[in-house]
Amino acid sequence: MQEEQLTVSVWRGQGQDGHYENFQVPRRTSQTVLDVVTHIQRHLDPDLGFRFACRVGMCGSCAMTVNGVARWTCRTHVQKVVGTDNTLQIAPLANLPHIRDLVTDMRQFFDKWVKPEGRFVGKSNRHQEFATVKPDSVERQHANQGIECIGCGVCYSSCDVVTQRPDYLGPAALNRAWTLVNDERDTRKLERLAAVAGDAGCHACHTQGSCTLRCPKQLTPTASIAGLKRLSARAAMKGEI
Amino acid sequence: MNDSPRAQARRWYLQRISAMVLAILVLVHLVIMVYAVRGGLSGAEILARTQGNAWLAVYYALFVLACAVHVPTGLANIAVEWAHWPASRALLMARGMALLLLVTGWRAVYAVFTGGAT
Repeated sequence: MQEEQLTVSVWRGQGQDGHYENFQVPRRTSQTVLDVVTHIQRHLDPDLGFRFACRVGMCGSCAMTVNGVARWTCRTHVQKVVGTDNTLQIAPLANLPHIRDLVTDMRQFFDKWVKPEGRFVGKSNRHQEFATVKPDSVERQHANQGIECIGCGVCYSSCDVVTQRPDYLGPAALNRAWTLVNDERDTRKLERLAAVAGDAGCHACHTQGSCTLRCPKQLTPTASIAGLKRLSARAAMKGEI
Repeated sequence: MNDSPRAQARRWYLQRISAMVLAILVLVHLVIMVYAVRGGLSGAEILARTQGNAWLAVYYALFVLACAVHVPTGLANIAVEWAHWPASRALLMARGMALLLLVTGWRAVYAVFTGGAT
């Protein structure tokens, strides 16, 4: 019996110039989209550029646009996304500068994490007692919902506001800021609220929820951003920021 | 023109508060309007009942104020995001729109209250 084949259309090229190139890839059981591009690179075209590392959904480096939707490719089974005619279309993430083939430049994405005070700044040192954070406190619960982000860029790529406003911080950076705002050990709360406020920050979000819909870790950046909107707008009205 | 993140956050806040006010005002307005029209009242009959009613005048004056706060912020955002206007131009347009809504809206409320007498 002839082996079942996938027709895979892959974006090739550098920068703005590019086109889709078709490859025939054998269909396998439990095959992931990352398996598909790996097969192309190992057996059909060693020149294909794509980024990956852990292959198990932890590192967040393998995200691509699969059939028009941003996904983590290592945990996306072909069976889940393939069309009825056994076709797949694989492109780089949207909303990020393109380098080559399926590789995007993630610098602006991560720079925006740092921009709104994205670093933890504590008030104690290692010689002092550990801070006691109650697991059931509201702040801890809020932080819990956001801290599992792997930085894959799927939310950023899926966000229409990022497309319209390139200076918008985006869901991942704001989600990170929200976890820090709710970290009672952190000392930069007001500075952070000032940094996320306004039209390049959380107040540009239209609550469309694409980030929450697409997040492979089932996080809710939309809720994090809503929390930031409330806190920073209140702080602005009180003149605290 | 102040376009600091703090001013942007304040505008967002005022837009949300005015949206809450409008949600109630619009609902009451629609219910009364549908009730009056389905009851068979003509425009002239409605005017005869509303003229001189201070409660209605205050109600619609507040309605106009909430619109004048709410609408311009949204329009400025659309102008920046979709037409890629510079923020300063969008804000100027928004302020003009706020003034237009206030003047024409309150003028209409005044005309209904007084029956057009000046």
